Amino acid sequence: MGELRLMKGNEVLAEAAIRAGVDGYFGYPITPQSEVMETLMLRKPWEETGMVVLQAESEVASINMVYGGAACGKKVMTSSSSPGYSLMQEGISYLAGAELPCVIINVSRGGPGLGTIQPSQADYFQVTKGGGHGDYHVIALAPNSVQEMSDFMTLAFDLAFKYRCPAVILSDGAIGQMMEKVYLSDFVPRRTEEQIRKDCGEWCTLGSKRHNVITSLELDSVVMEQRNIALMKKYAEMQKEARYEAYMTDDADYLFVAFGTASRICKKSIEMAREKGIKAGLFRPITLYPFPTKALYEIGTKMKGILSVEMNAGQMVEDVKLAVECKVPVEWAGRNGGIIPSPDEVLEALETKIIGGK
Amino acid sequence: MAEIELKDIIKEENIVYKKSNIILDRTMHYCPGCSHGVTHKLVAEVIEDMGIQDQTIGVSPVGCSVFAYNYLDIDWQEAAHGRAPAVATAIKRLLPDKYVFTYQGDGDLASIGAAEILHACNRGEHIVCIFVNNAIYGMTGGQMAPTTLVGMKTATTPYGRDIDRNGYPLKITELIAQLPGTCYVTRQSVDTAAAVRKTKKAIRKAFENQRDKKGTSFIEVVSTCNSGWKVDPVKANQWMRDHMFKFYPLGDMKDATRDNPADYEQYIKEEK
Repeated sequence: MGELRLMKGNEVLAEAAIRAGVDGYFGYPITPQSEVMETLMLRKPWEETGMVVLQAESEVASINMVYGGAACGKKVMTSSSSPGYSLMQEGISYLAGAELPCVIINVSRGGPGLGTIQPSQADYFQVTKGGGHGDYHVIALAPNSVQEMSDFMTLAFDLAFKYRCPAVILSDGAIGQMMEKVYLSDFVPRRTEEQIRKDCGEWCTLGSKRHNVITSLELDSVVMEQRNIALMKKYAEMQKEARYEAYMTDDADYLFVAFGTASRICKKSIEMAREKGIKAGLFRPITLYPFPTKALYEIGTKMKGILSVEMNAGQMVEDVKLAVECKVPVEWAGRNGGIIPSPDEVLEALETKIIGGK
Repeated sequence: MAEIELKDIIKEENIVYKKSNIILDRTMHYCPGCSHGVTHKLVAEVIEDMGIQDQTIGVSPVGCSVFAYNYLDIDWQEAAHGRAPAVATAIKRLLPDKYVFTYQGDGDLASIGAAEILHACNRGEHIVCIFVNNAIYGMTGGQMAPTTLVGMKTATTPYGRDIDRNGYPLKITELIAQLPGTCYVTRQSVDTAAAVRKTKKAIRKAFENQRDKKGTSFIEVVSTCNSGWKVDPVKANQWMRDHMFKFYPLGDMKDATRDNPADYEQYIKEEK
């Protein structure tokens, strides 16, 4: 295990990026994630590893800088929060279309519109269903602790390069702002140009006599359809990367499904429920895309009922219903507007909507 | 007298002009009379002359020149509409020893991408920006561009560009020349042999500025779009000389390295 520190989630993202050998960060300030770039600027990684850190003129520019760096085979990333993540959708669609690896962090807040700066999970649809135009998906990882903010940096880059696909770390304002102990990972050196050429199989535009072209454009529909089919195959292949945590599900009658901050609340609710004799457990999707459908079916269909607990108006609940093929009752419970539900509220919702709801 | 056969003429010593090796053997999609072909050729020649083919990364825009990557044998990235300067910024920062250039039209650069070009130039990114201004959106069928002249008829200004309704034509190159990050800002054309030679010199200078890390070089090429303007190529060139050159006068707007080399060096030192 690496160095133990007490750190803020957002600061850890910056530290983890430097340690993961990231080549470039391009960002634009937005609450509640501004500490990511602030920490990087303070740390001056360009003196240490040569990492480029640049404050862009907008989120639109920063995601397109990510495109430029990713197309060179470099490990590049950006971070933002919900309204900024919306602005990046065009760029993310281009990244998906041109099959470029990168990491995008969304420390989400409540919406719609300018909304609130408080934590929210209302970007679930936007992150997991594509978000921009055209048929595509991004890999989506949902940390629920400061430790996972660190661990998922390397995982996100590994998956992004494995599938040549953008990877999103969908965090929220609570995990971004809170301090916890964290074991930082060891330093990995940045890759040399030769290593990039070797790892990436020569597609990257590092300057060559190969006429490498990175584009998402294809005017011939017959060829374009083949590209779409290739993407579909890639997303199907990606399903095996689904990750989840099952907590106290072995003897459970009722299941909470929750990710990120909401999953932590559910753990407390489970403790309270069990004191009352209600056997509840938690299924926590760690990858929101690919969604752990198969595992949720296996665990979920053994339950008397499932409550999808979300800090939004009910988004993941649709995927939960699909996963268990509506074979057991599935309901949603949660809070909106930047409010984190309390463990009592969650337990009460289980009792009224699921246990007493038949 | 003996017959002279073609094979006797086609000899190395008789070559007076040759297509650049950087230009790929593909049929260009540009309309006959369009200025893109010549401008592409000049970029290719400069890259070949400088021997930087395997060190150059081009960024193509959205618009007629989106397919620039099909014609020049270098590495390319195709950027989202207007974002080429942001894309190029990252490439250059991550690969500071490579040559990076953007190639954009007036809709891409001066309208949807106005923020990206201004900020890249203001940061003084060590890139070359080539700006082809034909005062119209060519690829989408000839709509009004930010650079469309007052009174000019387009698909979205069928009665002519009207200041009250559409605002003024944007002299973005004049704006860019004021930014301290730019070291060389010029406006050229490719309508005559002399103009072509001058534009090539400008492009060469811009790439040399990049090699010497002097800041952003920006070259506007005032161009024709005979299809969009709905005239033949000869008339388009004449119309450009009569109208475009009056509003967009040719020449160097800024050459910090030439005009005041000592001041420029001092300025850069003070800024840093």
